[in-house]
Formats: sequence, structure tokens, C-alpha cells
Amino acid sequence: MSAPIGAPVRRKEDHRFLTGRGTYTDDINRPGQLHAVFVRSPHAHAEIVRVEASAAKSAPGVVAIYSSADLVAAGLGTLPCGWAVKSKDGSPMAEPPHPVLAQGRVRHVGDPVAIVIAESRDQAQEASERVVVDYRPLPSVSAVDEAVKPGKPLVYDSVPGNICYDWHIGEQAPVDAAIAKAAHVVRLDIVNNRLIPNAMEPRAYIGEFDRGTGDYTLYTTCQNPHAIRLLMGAFVLHLPEHKLRVVAPDVGGGFGSKIYHYAEEAAVTWAAGQLGRPVKWVAERSESFVSDAQGRDHVTHAELALDKDGKFLALKVATLANLGGYISTFAPAVPTYLYATLLAGTYTTPAIYAEVKGVFTHTVPVDAYRGAGRPEASYLIERIVDQAARALKLDPAELRRRNFIATTAYPYQTPVALAYDSGDYFTTLDMALKDADYAGFEQRRAAAGRQGKLRGLGMASYIEACGVAPSAVAGALGARAGLYEVAAVRVNPTGSVTVLTGTHSHGQGHETTFAQLVSERLGMPVENIDVVHGDTARIPFGMGTYGSRSLPVGGSALVKALDKVVNKGKKIAAHLLEAAEADIEFKDGKFTVTGTDRAKAFGEIAFAAYVPHNYPLDELEPGLDEAAFYDPKNFTFPSGTHVCEVEIDQDTGEVRIVAFTAADDFGRIVNPMIVEGQVHGGLAQGIGQALLEECRYDRASGQLLTGSYMDYCMPRADNLPSFKVATHGTMCTHNPLGVKGCGEAGAIGAPGAVMNAVLDALAPLGITHIDMPASPEKIWRAMASRRTAKAA
Amino acid sequence: MYNFEYQQPKSVADAAKAIAGKADAKLMAGGMTLIPTLKQRLAKPTDVVDLGKIADLKGIKKDGNAIVIGAMTRHADVASSDVVKGAIPALADLAAHIGDPAVRNRGTCGGSIANNDPAADYPAGVLALNATIVTNKRKIAADDFFKGMFETALAADEIITAVSFPIPEKAAYMKFPNPASRYAIVGVFVAKTGPAVRVGVTGAAPSAFRQKDMEAALSKSFTGDAIKDVKQPQNGLNADIHASAEYRAHLVGVMAKRAVAKAG
Repeated sequence: MSAPIGAPVRRKEDHRFLTGRGTYTDDINRPGQLHAVFVRSPHAHAEIVRVEASAAKSAPGVVAIYSSADLVAAGLGTLPCGWAVKSKDGSPMAEPPHPVLAQGRVRHVGDPVAIVIAESRDQAQEASERVVVDYRPLPSVSAVDEAVKPGKPLVYDSVPGNICYDWHIGEQAPVDAAIAKAAHVVRLDIVNNRLIPNAMEPRAYIGEFDRGTGDYTLYTTCQNPHAIRLLMGAFVLHLPEHKLRVVAPDVGGGFGSKIYHYAEEAAVTWAAGQLGRPVKWVAERSESFVSDAQGRDHVTHAELALDKDGKFLALKVATLANLGGYISTFAPAVPTYLYATLLAGTYTTPAIYAEVKGVFTHTVPVDAYRGAGRPEASYLIERIVDQAARALKLDPAELRRRNFIATTAYPYQTPVALAYDSGDYFTTLDMALKDADYAGFEQRRAAAGRQGKLRGLGMASYIEACGVAPSAVAGALGARAGLYEVAAVRVNPTGSVTVLTGTHSHGQGHETTFAQLVSERLGMPVENIDVVHGDTARIPFGMGTYGSRSLPVGGSALVKALDKVVNKGKKIAAHLLEAAEADIEFKDGKFTVTGTDRAKAFGEIAFAAYVPHNYPLDELEPGLDEAAFYDPKNFTFPSGTHVCEVEIDQDTGEVRIVAFTAADDFGRIVNPMIVEGQVHGGLAQGIGQALLEECRYDRASGQLLTGSYMDYCMPRADNLPSFKVATHGTMCTHNPLGVKGCGEAGAIGAPGAVMNAVLDALAPLGITHIDMPASPEKIWRAMASRRTAKAA
Repeated sequence: MYNFEYQQPKSVADAAKAIAGKADAKLMAGGMTLIPTLKQRLAKPTDVVDLGKIADLKGIKKDGNAIVIGAMTRHADVASSDVVKGAIPALADLAAHIGDPAVRNRGTCGGSIANNDPAADYPAGVLALNATIVTNKRKIAADDFFKGMFETALAADEIITAVSFPIPEKAAYMKFPNPASRYAIVGVFVAKTGPAVRVGVTGAAPSAFRQKDMEAALSKSFTGDAIKDVKQPQNGLNADIHASAEYRAHLVGVMAKRAVAKAG
């Protein structure tokens, strides 16, 4: 069945996933495979006095134990950072080395100190408990606002004040001037809570070495195998690309946490070479909690200046961003170029200035997590806009409308570097308000009040930037990689198609969505199209999947490659049909001489290309196999409005979401069913951040207090309402499909909408701010203190 | 998980024999606490004696004015039992809200009571209903059974065989779950039998306890209003990142009032 763009095609990959026939890394077992277990630091900060492994080495089944000294002796490099940020004064960020195994000091609970390799996993685990590490514990600091205070423990002796960089964007003087003389200034101190990613599949790796060829292979749960090949090969193991293959098979969720090059990848690959046998490591869930890069963790002060009519005049933002104990692969970019550049939001604020300090602490490294910087920006803006509406006694929807960028203003240059190409924030706001029955809300509030409940409604009109680009601009801003994408369309001799994409699907449904692009263009059923990803030996090249880039960037590369296939097909058809190439048109899977019924089916052209008996061999190569690289001209800018309605139990402080409405602009939509699924998942994560999730470290010891699902609260089905979702697409103007990306929007819009609803419900009590997550006790305390204050 | 000897005795006597004299042997009922503990290598028993094959320990029956639940009866069976729903619907309701479906299809009444997790649901019901814990050696009154955090009156080689719950006039259980683990931050079970009212509280303190001030007030008038001024002291209550002692104390009052209202 042909399945064109816009059809809600059922996901081709689901049958294998739902019937347990997917192949995840842990499903792969290589002949002679050994098993690794890592010895990890129990301390947030300590000096490693001694690693004593002799007793462990004699334990049953143990093949090898390595610590940092072994890796240094072997000449291994350290884990590289993929994006360097410069401070205000032009100086480069502090970039202390991130060793594969801790050298001299451990810098967070879970920091790997040694790798134990044995015949079985149990044996490796038994032996790992016999490795004696003599630590001298040192004072630690885990909270970002503590770490910058004078006299606090330093994560690196060479980095004063724990400040990795002190970055800024925008012009300060006009912002200060506007704030000084504005009719209204709204101020907000706000925390963006740290999150633990929790992909369903924990990280897992197998390193392998072929003693015959000297080739290495890494099977890895990653979102971007080519990037891992480059990072690990060039910087850590010093292996050229042609001697290193990276395979990312089926991967069970990433949300950003599987973008980065992790120590365990390098350790198992190197060890496989040392031992001449494959080495497998699979994270335990409790290890994931202390070793997967975490998300968010900002402390921010913001000031919004408005004129007497509520027009935004200026926004000033100062943010402390927690980077953790080491710089993770893309960490520096997240609270800078993916955060502060979004501070205009959907509004015409003419002057914006933001300062961001990236701060080391004795915690697990922080990096991009679903939305990466954009949820932090959107949450801040949408909270302060709501505060302003309350201060000016304006309808929050009306205040937003007064400040939205006009639909006629595109391209729109913001004061913080980005230029938006298209959008229509008015329509998505109106749609969301209508679907949420905004007009009837006060009646519902009154009815809830009669039941003793506090009801509130909140909205967030978010914008995000997807598909970091163009490469040249990203490079000028510190990116150490290109940000294009690659696709190859291999037409097989009998007419079926294999697509090779440099993006990676770990839940997104690319095998279906990308097949629809081919189906639309070549007029063939999706059953005849296979989409292959996740193997550097099969895919020409690619940068992987993150930042909602796969369709805007990878899809665009695929369209370019399809163009080449069709163009070559026309040449072949012209020869076979004895017509001029200019007279050949391609439609519905057929090459036709314009104005005639003379035609060749796509399959006939494919066959002729591979069996070129009647073929213009003098002018044209045989075969029908085309590849394309696509470097985007700009980011894409999905946007929309989310509306949340909550009820608060006055006795317990518990929040229940009673309705959630989303109206999103994702540009053109290829598969509306997959898009709806992405929105639902994003909303669940955004609601999780707002109400439930919080990664907490003990302030004194740096111990992780939320180290399992007993204490780290993931959102569950009964925490969520039935979502009402709708879309209104304005086309992206600079990519061939007009697509914008949809993977992160839910997590970006939801936190602001939920918290604005909570604070709307609490407004009658005079409560103006609560930080996420809005846990029952926090709300109960705020209500109790207001009641006490009123009574006094 | 460390290695251990695994046994599946067919009778209570054989189970008692299997653990006799072994300091580090563990009885396993549903395993809903023990198995995760083993998987995390937090326990290293020499022997695990699985009670799952002892048919005598399973089942629910009405015995005079009491409901007797075999120690190895799963939460799902209690929740769906017409006998329990007819006689003590509050107890079926309690069982229906323990953990999640997977836990309810493995976890057992006896296992929960013997473990005495401070946040488990059953202890509140056992105390409020004035249940009797029957073991292979004796009968223990509810008030004498729960001794402290994860501590009970059970001897090392003593095995719960059944729990006998007297049928009250009316009863109800209300819990405020921990949002992450869904264990009770506070759970309050109220039961009225004739003029006597018993209030069992779980989650709030290191071990389940009776709220006797509320019992006195409710014995005079079984209404929410009767306890609106009864303050649960926060002294000695649990405190963690999810709920302070002060908040738990407050929730004891809220859940008690709601339980009274629910009991009707």
C-alpha cells in the first residue's frame, strides 16, 4: 500500500518490538564473550590513595582488572568535549581532562574507578567486591548556588569558584536602561529541577577486536554511532575510522542520555583489544542513576520590564547551570546556545541580556535531556510572563497576544541571535484556549471551590529550536562537529528500496516515517522500503538523532537523495522511451513522456540500471544508488500553546491534572499518529518534571538521595489526564519538506503550563511562586504559611 | 544476587525444619521485598525457603465472626474475594491498593505482616481490626505483634500460618501514597465494632501504631468532626525527602477523617 506524507501509517517496527523480536545490545552475545563490572566511587569527592586488586584478580573466573594507571600506561586519551564555550572576556572555558577511569580523585558518587572482567557477569560482580579502593574522603559541594560561593570545596584545584565558563549574550546597557525606567518590572527567582533520564533500556556495550584484521567493533546503546566512532576513535583509543565499527542496534529510548561518549564504551572496547575477546557491560538500573548524564539543574534570577500597556521592553537573566563533576560531551552548549538564544520566546521583547555561569559540582555530569536548554528557557519565560499578567491584572492570554511576534513579521530576528523563519502563535493560542474551554473556566473554578478544591488554569506559549544548524554557524559558536545529515537511497535491481540514514531511531518510528517519504516520492508501498540505521559499516555517515533533528535534517537529506534517484531515472527513461530527458515526467511510480501514454514503471528503470543491456553507457553509469548530505540553512522553530487545568486538594496539597490541551505547530506532518505519540510522551515527561521528578543530592555528603524508583518519581499513567492535542502547521521555509520536528515540544511546553495552573489555583491565597516539582508537602506548606500569615 | 540454597517445602513442619538452627536462612513468601533485596546484593542468606508450595497456607474462609486469611494468600485474592468483600470490604479495598498488579499477584498477607515494613498497608488493618496472628507455635494478638521497624514478635523459626480478622460493624482504609514508591506515606485504618473504635496508622512512624486519642474521640462520636481537634504529635514520626514528620502528623488527621467518612 502506498503510504504518502500525512497518512497515519501504523509503525512498521512495532511488530518486532511488541513481540519481543527486537535486537537490543544485551540480546547480542559474541563468541568467547567476557563480562565487565565497574567499581564505582561511593564518595562524592575523595582522593584515591590506592587501588588494590590482587585478591580480586585471583577470584574465580577473573580475566583482568584495570584501573586508571593501566589506561595511562597504554596511552589512552581522555573523554572529549564536543562543544567549547568562551567566557565573556573571550577566554576559553576551563576544560579539565575527563579520564576514562578516575585518576587520583573521584568527583561524584558513581565515578568509575576500575573495570573487572571475568568469564561471567556474576564472577565479575563477585570479584568487583574484592577490589579494595582506599579513599581519603574530601568535602564536596552538590548544589549549584552553593558551589559558586567563596570557600566552597573545589571540583578542580585549577578552576577557581568552580566556574567552567562565565558566558553572556545580548547587550547589557540597553536592558539595564529599559529596566531602570520601565512602568513595571517583574522579578523572579526560579529553579529548574535536575532530572534523571531513565530510558527504558539501560546503557549496554560490547567491545570486540578481530585479531585477524585488527578491526574493533563497539555495539552500543547510542543515538549517534558515527559521532561515537569519531569521539572514541580519534580522542580516546587513537583508532582511525576504518579500523573501528560502531553499531547501535535497536535502542530502547534515549531522551538525550545516549548521545554522549561514555567512559564504559571506551573501557570495554580497549579491553577487548587487550584480551582478544569480546567484553560486554550492561548497566544495572541503579548504575544508570549514578552514571547516565542527567538533565536541567538551573538556578536563575530574571527581570522583565514592561510598559504601562504590558508591552515587554527588556528581559535580563542570570543563570547558574550545574555541569556536574566532569564536562559531558555537549554539556557546555546546553545552558548557553540551546537556552539563552531562546529567551525571546514567542515575543517581541526588543532587548535581552543573559549571563550564564557553567558550574562544576560533585555530582553526575549534566548534559542534554529531552529539550535541552529549551525547556529551561520556555519555563522561565512563561512563568515570568504569567507573573507579569498577575501584577498588571491582565488576562494572561491577552498579555501574550499583545507581545506575540506578528504572523507577518517573518523572518524575525530576535535580539539573542536566532532568526525565526515562520510561525503563528495567535492561532495555536486560540485553538488551545478553545479546546480547553477557557471561556468556561471560571464556572469550573467556582464549582470546584464548592467541593473544597482549588482549581487553576495555566498556559505556556512555547517556542523551540530544532536541528542545530548551519554547520558553519555552529562551528563559529564552538561546535567541534558538523551538523548536517546524510541519506542514501539504494534502489535494488528488482525495484525495492533500502534507505540508509545517518539518523538513529530509538523509539521515534523512523522506519515508518522515512519510508513514507520514499513511498510518497517513488509511488511504492512502504512494504517495499527498508530503512536502515545505526551501523557505521552500512551507513555512509551521519550525525545521529537528538534535538528533534531527524526529519528536518535527515528527512531533508533523504529528499535530496530521492531527487537524485528520480533525475537519474529520467535519464534512463528518456533513453528507453527514445525521448528527450526534458519531456520525461515522473508521477505515481511511472516515468512518462509528457502528453503521451508512453511510460516505464519505476521497477523497469531500476532493472535497466542494473542490467544495462539497453542503456546509455557512454553518458551514464549503471546502477541506481544515490546519497546526499544536507546541511540546514537554519534551525527550525516549532511552537505552540499548552493549557493545563489542575485541582488542588486543600487538605493534603496534592495536585491533580484534570485537563491538558496542546496546540502545536510542527510544520508539515508526515505521520500524524507518530506525532501524536511523540507529543503524549513529551507531555508526560514535562508533567513529570513539574509535579513528580527531582534528582536530589544530600547537601552535606553529595550522596544521591533519589537513587531508585522508590524515591525518584517517574510519571505514571494515573498521574496523567487524557490529552487533547491538535496541530496547526505553518511551513518551515528553508527545508524541502516544510517540517519542523516534534520530539521535544511536549517536554518544553508542559512544565510552564502545569506550574502556571498550580499557581493560578493558589493565587487566591496570595502564593506567587513555588519551584518544581510541585510536591504535595511543598504546596501544603505554602498554603499553611499563608493561612498563618492571614490569621496573624 | 549471591548464591544460596533454595528449598520448596510442602508443609509448614518441613519449612520450620528447613530453617531450624540456620542463622542466615530466610523464609520467602511472595518475595516482594526479599527478591529485590537479594538482587541488589543487600542480603546474603545461606538458604531461601520458599513457602509457595504449602497448600495449607492458602485460602480465605469465614470462621464464626471472623475472616481467616491463610498467610500465603495473595493480595489479589483478598482484593477479589467475595467473602472478604462481603464481610470486611475495607480489607479487600486495602489489598486492592497495595503496590501494583504485579505485586498484588505475588505479594501475600503473611509476608507483608511478617516483614513489618513501616510503610506497608496490612499492619494498619491488623491493628484496627484487632486481628489475631496465627503461627505454627501460637496465637499472637495484634497489639503484641508489631515491635518496631521491620521487627515483630515472631521467633526466628516461627512461621505465620493465618491471620484472623474479626468482622467489624464498619471500617475503612485511606492512604496517602508516596508518589514514587506508592507505599503509604500515611495510611489510616478505622474500624468500629459496637461502641469500640480502633484506629491503626501505618507509614507515619517506624512501626504501625494505634492512635488512641482518636479512638477515644471516635468511640464517643463516630464522625470526622469528633477528631478534628485531635492532634497527632509529630515527635517520633518518620521524615524523609517526600514528607517531614510535621506533614505526616498532619496527614494522619486528614486520612483519619476521610476514613471515618468513607466508613459511613
